[in-house]
Amino acid sequence: MFIDIGKPIADATNAFIQWLIVNYGDVFESIANALLTVLVFIEQLLRGAPPWLILVIVALIAYAASHRVLLSIGVTALAWLLGSLGLWEQAMQTIAIMLVSVAIAIIVGIPLGVATARSDITRAVLNPLLDLMQTIPSFVYLIPAAMLFGLGKVPAILATVIYATPPLIRLTDLGIRQVDREVIEASRAFGATRWQMLKGVQIPLALPSIMQGINQTTMMALAMVVIASMIGARGIGETVLLGLQRNDPGKGLIGGIGIVILAIVFDRISQAFGRRLQAYRAVRS
Amino acid sequence: MALIEARHLTKIFGSSPKKALARLKAGATKEQLLTETGHTVGLHDVSISVERGEIFVVMGLSGSGKSTLIRHLNRLIDPTEGEIVIDGVDILALSIRELEIFRRQKMAMVFQRFGLFPHRTVIENVAYGLEIRGESRSSRRTKAAEWVATVGLAGYEDQYPSQLSGGMQQRVGLARALCTDAEILLMDEAFSALDPLIRSQMQDELTELQARLRKTIVFITHDLDEALRLGDRIAILKDGTLSQIGTPAEILLNPADAYVRAFVKDVNRARVLTVDVVMKPPPLRLTDETLEQALAEMQRRGAEIGYVVNAGGYRGVVTRDAVSAAIADHRAPTVDAIAIGAPSIAPGASLAEALPATLSSAFPVAVIGADGALQGILSADRVGEILTPQPETEPLHKEAAE
Repeated sequence: MFIDIGKPIADATNAFIQWLIVNYGDVFESIANALLTVLVFIEQLLRGAPPWLILVIVALIAYAASHRVLLSIGVTALAWLLGSLGLWEQAMQTIAIMLVSVAIAIIVGIPLGVATARSDITRAVLNPLLDLMQTIPSFVYLIPAAMLFGLGKVPAILATVIYATPPLIRLTDLGIRQVDREVIEASRAFGATRWQMLKGVQIPLALPSIMQGINQTTMMALAMVVIASMIGARGIGETVLLGLQRNDPGKGLIGGIGIVILAIVFDRISQAFGRRLQAYRAVRS
Repeated sequence: MALIEARHLTKIFGSSPKKALARLKAGATKEQLLTETGHTVGLHDVSISVERGEIFVVMGLSGSGKSTLIRHLNRLIDPTEGEIVIDGVDILALSIRELEIFRRQKMAMVFQRFGLFPHRTVIENVAYGLEIRGESRSSRRTKAAEWVATVGLAGYEDQYPSQLSGGMQQRVGLARALCTDAEILLMDEAFSALDPLIRSQMQDELTELQARLRKTIVFITHDLDEALRLGDRIAILKDGTLSQIGTPAEILLNPADAYVRAFVKDVNRARVLTVDVVMKPPPLRLTDETLEQALAEMQRRGAEIGYVVNAGGYRGVVTRDAVSAAIADHRAPTVDAIAIGAPSIAPGASLAEALPATLSSAFPVAVIGADGALQGILSADRVGEILTPQPETEPLHKEAAE
């Protein structure tokens, strides 16, 4: 009754990966090395700096984003708590991976979001792909990724980017589509080029939505840290993983709390920043 | 040639407008097109020409295609068929880049819901057109500040649009359009979203500005009073076709069809119509005639009164009886000496303003131009005839009820 198509697909995939490794192994390795260089640089910077300096920087960023003293103090206190939980080193490793992943997600996600907002066809093509990226279990693409890039941080970044970029693409698309039609018409009527319109009107007005997307991307990237640690990326995820492997629920809980703290810190800072971006909306006489 | 020439514009919205156009030309009605092919006819064979320096009003109810029409003029919408020539340039032939340059130089637009950039301050909004053109920051700030002051918003330069009232926001919209120095101003229901009081204030200000700037303005509205008040000429659109184009007086006095007639029925004519459009030529103009010549002329024409005009302008009226009496008495040599000074009115006055003079005078009142010349006469009967509503016919009622 059933035709066996599973085996041919599996065989073809394996053959394809083998072919990639044989023919383009060097290319993948150099990509991996370049990424790794950036990542290691950031990680060393974060781990090399004295913790008090990091805390001061966190406080300054929080204040710059929110202009609220209380929020800055709270966020800094939470960051301090990471160290007190004995997770400082791991937290710095995780932050380094997240910064690189989110940066890649932004570089890829915002232009794709703009592209889908401009064309319904692009959107129709991309949408199922985004659904796939968000639902397919990470291990499915982690196996070939580990084969191509080797175990460790690079496939972890890849997995994080694949999982965390879709919300940014979707929210960029939504944000640009929701810009008032008459405002766009006004821009066109004054002779703006597409680039002038994008830069001067669409992106600025979609910014609250885009910031929400970056916030979501960051949160989803954090959700990937445990899986990332399974393929050898170190960080807070590893603490959770160790708790699991050694049957040590206490350690697992500490790791979990650490991840939650990181999430709160990132969330509060990016939300506050997003709110300040739309300050012009709040003022009403 | 007129500054803006749009000829035989047809716009069909839908998936394959060209096919629908063929069917429309073959005689299909709009309803057939909509039900059978799902295409909507936005405009059907509309031609307008707008002269340099006039306010051309396009009036119609919602769905009449007026907003579609104005968007053709700067190609925010492309026609399915037809041609648009502006200042001698066939704008449908322009490439995207040429079109952008054309929009920057030639025309500016004001929108119904203002279309302001909420993330930019008032002065940044006003300077937008200059910014798009690539002018330097300091030069555009100087120019924009002038226009902000012109529309009466000095002091609000650094506010955001959301901090301003509707009327103030539309002043920003107007300043933004004027700031580019474009020759043509497209105003899409520019005052429709404003409170009535603010609206009439803005209308007055636009009229004042226009007297100074002499722009060519295409103004869209659904409000006949606004159209009559602002328009040098008015085009009335119904369901995507033109019903009539004409001056306010032509539209009021000679509505082209039942639709226009129904529209103008409730207009306060006394306020809209001016003396010069309803006055009659003077029955008898007397200059330096002797009394005998004057009497003979009056008898020949059967005129009871004559209007005396000499080199110094309008002198007054004489009746036939007065002339006869003067001849009998040998009192005076010419009509000039016995002319009775009578009230006069200006040709630009509205009927409402002229009404008291016509009612209180025993004779038709003389209409005297600014140079003192006699241009015509206006009788109380004529005013009454014009102001009396025209008899309504049955089909008109039906039309209005629909």
